[in-house]
Amino acid sequence: MTTTHDSDTSRSPQTRHRARDAFDGTRVAITGGTSGLGLALVRELLGRGATVAFVARTRDAVERVAAEDANSHGVVGDVSRKEDTHPIAMQILGALGGLDVLINGASDLGPTPLALLADTECEDFERALATNVLGPFRLTKALLGSLASSAREGSGAVVLNVSSDAAVSAYSRWGAYGVSKAALHHMSRIWHEEIAAEGIAVLSLDPEDMDTPMHAAAVPDADRSLLKRPEVAAREFADAIAAALPVRAAASELMATEFPG
Amino acid sequence: MIAASVPLQRPPDAKLLVADRSGRVRHMERSTLVGLFEAGDLVIANDAATLPASLVGRHLPSGHVIEARLAGRNSLALDQVKIFSAVLFGAGDFHLRTEDRQLPPQVQAGDRVALGSLHATVASLLDHPRLVALEFDGSPREIWEGLARHGQPIQYSHLPERLAIWDTWTPIAGPPVAFEPPSASFVLDWNALASMRARRVRFATITHAAGISSTGDAELDALLPLDEPYRIPASTATAIGTVRAQGGRIVAIGTTVVRALEHAARVDGIVRAGEGLATQRIGASSELRIVDAIVSGTHERGNSHYELLRAFADDETLGRIDQELNAHAYRTHEFGDSVFLESAHRGSRAVVPRSAAA
Ligand SMILES: NC(=O)c1ccc[n+]([C@@H]2O[C@H](COP(=O)([O-])OP(=O)(O)OC[C@H]3O[C@@H](n4cnc5c(N)ncnc54)[C@H](OP(=O)(O)O)[C@@H]3O)[C@@H](O)[C@H]2O)c1
Repeated sequence: MTTTHDSDTSRSPQTRHRARDAFDGTRVAITGGTSGLGLALVRELLGRGATVAFVARTRDAVERVAAEDANSHGVVGDVSRKEDTHPIAMQILGALGGLDVLINGASDLGPTPLALLADTECEDFERALATNVLGPFRLTKALLGSLASSAREGSGAVVLNVSSDAAVSAYSRWGAYGVSKAALHHMSRIWHEEIAAEGIAVLSLDPEDMDTPMHAAAVPDADRSLLKRPEVAAREFADAIAAALPVRAAASELMATEFPG
Repeated sequence: MIAASVPLQRPPDAKLLVADRSGRVRHMERSTLVGLFEAGDLVIANDAATLPASLVGRHLPSGHVIEARLAGRNSLALDQVKIFSAVLFGAGDFHLRTEDRQLPPQVQAGDRVALGSLHATVASLLDHPRLVALEFDGSPREIWEGLARHGQPIQYSHLPERLAIWDTWTPIAGPPVAFEPPSASFVLDWNALASMRARRVRFATITHAAGISSTGDAELDALLPLDEPYRIPASTATAIGTVRAQGGRIVAIGTTVVRALEHAARVDGIVRAGEGLATQRIGASSELRIVDAIVSGTHERGNSHYELLRAFADDETLGRIDQELNAHAYRTHEFGDSVFLESAHRGSRAVVPRSAAA
């Protein structure tokens, strides 16, 4: 407990081994797991020993990613559709038996190419809100009983909502997306206030500009060499989740004391 | 009693009949339920989410339309989703009372059925021509997807509208293993859990695969409840030991919690963590070794839920409760009003051995 453990300094095999143990047996659900950050998170968490269920709409992509690892379970579903909420939750729980971590990563950009609010069709705005705000709300609600049960067992529980700097800055042409991400961010803070007492931590984290298909759709002429790799953001997010899971945080502190590095 | 005809889990005017252990009866607003719990009590609910257990399709040998209602399984193990017991119905939808539904075609072991994207074989007939073991084709993933996409929650003819899956999940719902909602838990929302915490009332859950509640066929109903698998988390087992040692009450939210806990404690009066298969019936002659009080729906005399209440109170008390429920127009069925019943035997049972508190 005396040593502060900086997880990012060394990447010795020992550190990797420690990072892996941190998620052994942890049951994680990730929406948007077939591309970009979500796919990187699926691989990162599987690599650290978690069992992972992930969700996306395109069946081929879901099957392709699921085939990579026997500890991953693909679920085909659309988080923006109310009718899909319980079928998605049911398949996640059917595969994992319970849930320790939920990552709401699936996201909609609003109109592409990006448009001024004045030129934004209501339908595009609605789809962004349904995917980025209502979807995470509904899925969190449907899985809250499982998360709370995991927290009561002492293993903690985390909901991670993937945010964006567009949630706080008023960027021109990012209206539908920015409004929805602002709402998601605020929802995360209120959830956290309300359910921390149940032992569930709700995080809202910005991965920063990453080289992904979504970024390419939003900013087609971006200099990709300046963008973060989604694998890097996934590693940071996995560390943040581990730190918020009480048992794992305690375990990694203990190991840090044993093997000061 | 009258049937609750609106699928509202917590109607603002819900009623609660309270019967204490000496059989005294009073009426409350159900929204004040938490006020009945005392500091040091342990409230235990069933956190099973409800499967869309009604699958409509065809019996392939005859070509007839059938509805298969999944009704039970033997284990909660993740890979044990191939075989379910199921009750078969013929054509007709939920607007018809189950007793008025067409009979399904005669089925035999080996018959194939197609239920949406799911295909299954009748593995065997159980103790009734309409109660079968169904074995699904495919991997657990394919079976879950088929259930999630094609299944509908079991419907009730006393409700004018079709129930959606979200009507059947309690606020605390976790693993989807119940065949009908563990509806006593409808009373609990997250605000109630927060109020309990503020009053230093403990809360814990078990997961119990609540089976089908009635089939409309007297012979079949006589077989209920079927065997039901359950899981008791370690934190729940520990809390039960602690609370009993300290003299707090164990309050079960629903009959399924009573069945699971009493089954787990049947050998030596101690509830341990782990999975079990509840096979027993609870009735007037059953001794309650763990549960001190129950929050339950209002049940009609004769069904298995009502029988279970006879372990809590004698027939004279239950008779008076019935009269009160009728006189005050309580609503019955899944979305109905509730009763809080304290065991008449509380306090009379043997002192808990010290080891049970560990
Ligand atoms: N890239 C960046 O620079 C950046 C910056 C800040 C924040 N973010 C956030 O990071 C997260 C991941 O972004 P990304 O760039 O990695 O995106 P991405 O590469 O476009 O991947 C999005 C994933 O979500 C799935 N998805 C989309 N809509 C869905 C829906 N309605 N239901 C279920 N799944 C759905 C997609 O698969 P299907 O299309 O098959 O459904 C795909 O797997 C998002 O929340 C995004 O807002 C990204």
